[in-house]
Amino acid sequence: MIREVMTANKAVAEAARLAKPQVIPVYPITPQTTISEYLAQYVADEKIDAKYVKVESEHSAISAAVGASATGVRVFTATSSQGLMLMHEILFAAAGMRTPFVLADANRAISAPLNIWNDQQDSIAQRDAGWLQIYVENAQEALDTTLMAYKISENPKVLLPSMVCLDGFILTHTVEPVEIPDQEPVDEFLPPYKAEHAFLDPKNPMSIGNLADPDYYLEARHDMQVAMENSIEVIQQTCDEFAEIFGRKYGLVEPYKTEDAEIIFVAMGSLCSTIRVIVDQLREKGEKVGLLKIRAYRPFPVEAIDEAVKNCEKLAVIDKNVTFGIGGALYTDIKAKIHKDAYGFIAGLGGRDITPEAILEVYEKTKNVPEKEVTWIGLKED
Amino acid sequence: MVNIGCVITTPGSSKNNKTGSWRTFKPILDKEKCIDCDNCIVFCPDSSVNKQHDIDYDYCKGCGICAHECPSDAIEMVKE
Amino acid sequence: MDWTQGGLKMVDIPDKNLLAPGHRGCAGCGASIAVKLALNALGENTVAISATGCLEVMTTPYPETAWEVPFIHVAFENSGAVASGVESALRIQGKDDVNVIAFGGDGGTVDIGLQSLSGAMERGHNMTYICYDNEAYMNTGIQRSGATPFGATTTTSPMGSASFGEDKPKKNMPMIMAAHGIPYVATASIAYPEDFVKKVKKAAETKGAAYIHLQQPCTTGWGFSSDRTIEMGRLAVETGSWILYEIENGKFDITYRPEERKPVKEYLAPQKRFRHLSDELIEKIQKYVDAECAELGL
Repeated sequence: MIREVMTANKAVAEAARLAKPQVIPVYPITPQTTISEYLAQYVADEKIDAKYVKVESEHSAISAAVGASATGVRVFTATSSQGLMLMHEILFAAAGMRTPFVLADANRAISAPLNIWNDQQDSIAQRDAGWLQIYVENAQEALDTTLMAYKISENPKVLLPSMVCLDGFILTHTVEPVEIPDQEPVDEFLPPYKAEHAFLDPKNPMSIGNLADPDYYLEARHDMQVAMENSIEVIQQTCDEFAEIFGRKYGLVEPYKTEDAEIIFVAMGSLCSTIRVIVDQLREKGEKVGLLKIRAYRPFPVEAIDEAVKNCEKLAVIDKNVTFGIGGALYTDIKAKIHKDAYGFIAGLGGRDITPEAILEVYEKTKNVPEKEVTWIGLKED
Repeated sequence: MVNIGCVITTPGSSKNNKTGSWRTFKPILDKEKCIDCDNCIVFCPDSSVNKQHDIDYDYCKGCGICAHECPSDAIEMVKE
Repeated sequence: MDWTQGGLKMVDIPDKNLLAPGHRGCAGCGASIAVKLALNALGENTVAISATGCLEVMTTPYPETAWEVPFIHVAFENSGAVASGVESALRIQGKDDVNVIAFGGDGGTVDIGLQSLSGAMERGHNMTYICYDNEAYMNTGIQRSGATPFGATTTTSPMGSASFGEDKPKKNMPMIMAAHGIPYVATASIAYPEDFVKKVKKAAETKGAAYIHLQQPCTTGWGFSSDRTIEMGRLAVETGSWILYEIENGKFDITYRPEERKPVKEYLAPQKRFRHLSDELIEKIQKYVDAECAELGL
């Protein structure tokens, strides 16, 4: 194990190297670009024994990824924003074809207007594709989650692809110390992928990606629902196994001072670091407040959330995305599944800084019951 | 129950689907006239003529290509 | 008897066809003939990729497949990229001898799949791509594509009081592929199986990317009786409307020369899609064909 100062993009690339993918089709896009560069260099330097497919678009990156994964090898790809939108159609195919590869998404806003800065609209817009989505808070978590994502996706009870979502620039371009595990324990944790359900091999001809008429389609989609439900337990198991070997403990969600909290912030990704500071400040002032960080957004960990928020009165859900006409996606999911008073806050779209003051404002508004169910935070007046 | 991802693990299983029922005209080969050119085999869209030029009526859709491409007029299309 | 193939036994007949019967292709379907010939030429050590289209829909309605070799379909516009992934995965596993063959219709190749195919060809994956060109979107009911020829009426380039049908000539896809500098490009026709099979084998033996553009008459879309599929392909070639050639490492060769080029009218007349054309338009098409033949030296 070595400890190095690096960006989350480097951490993801290191995780990909350690996971030993055999095919890496990837197309550069800000702020994911350095992931594609690191991986190209690793292949050039023989640090990974993989084919780096220099595709001409994200659409082809994901298409090649599906083809390679269906041939029975481990595959890694990464993208961001417009690139993820271009992949949209094939994200559904990848899940439906049950190709269990891993994609890192450097979360970035969506055009128009053109904007390269961080929010989480890109991955949220893909929430119905049948992918697991895990949001990370820092570079270490990005590395660890990428490794875990393979083990979760490749589990025979799951066999769905995973998206590791890391906030663009805030994580992808800022450096922090990261522990890079040695190859040996990683190999122990993550043995080579052996495809059994679908693989292209002339010795055992299968047809993959077929037409399913109304007699079969419903069952095929229901199987994906079951796989997604199964993944709840598999994520938890995998996190436990990871903790045993590497000592870092993760889960579906990460509660912080929630036990006796009256108001709990609910959020995803790097924003949680800021919220945690505010929670501590408010606690010093005697406010009973906590934070629930959602790591797994798909599957949506209803039981884990219920357990964490069972004692509180109100939830303040902060979304870096919007489902126009209703609110943030996390907020609407919470409203649908968690029986607590919940208020939605839209913040940080297109890279607008979510300041400590903004979080305090969310707290105050929640405490005093906001005028509207969904409030946009940080809008300029005039 | 469907296979995971609707993968089909039995190659050539389309043979369960007997497309011969689509046919309205039936090719009849007169082996006396056959000059063994294999046109009927090569051009059959339904892989329904074997090496001995036997026509597999389970699958033959009666398109008539074999009769049309037969240089010795050895195949006649007869109404079913 | 209009039977112009030279001699008997055009291609070797295998014991087992690698495209099984029972598929849902139309009676007289040219695409089935093309795929059967290509797979039989390559043998069992092959992985096939297909774009969405007639071929994929008619061969893989779950739980039955007509493919006797491994097969994958992902979407309409990405068979070049899917094949790139398959090829990369096979090669990194040391499976260098497996043939990788991708099929796309004209829509999946010259229109919506062009970018993905261009990328695959440019990268030089060791694979063969076959465009089975039936000159319109046949799977969805005869809409025009970039490969629809001048004058053809389709449901989206219909003839009418202000229209004679498709008003632009066919996109020259084989030459676009040749411009990628790949080692092997060829045109072919299902009516010339000996020529086609030879090209498929050559393409498979080529180290790197190979492209074959195969004209494939479509009984349903072109409007001729199901027994005339091969005849239409032959007429296209005999009239010079479709020219059989190959470009091997940059060297261009015509691979079949009709003894005497027939008037293009003989090819157009039996097809419903051209039946509305005036003599004037037919003359215009004849001029297109003459110019193309002159350019390619036919």
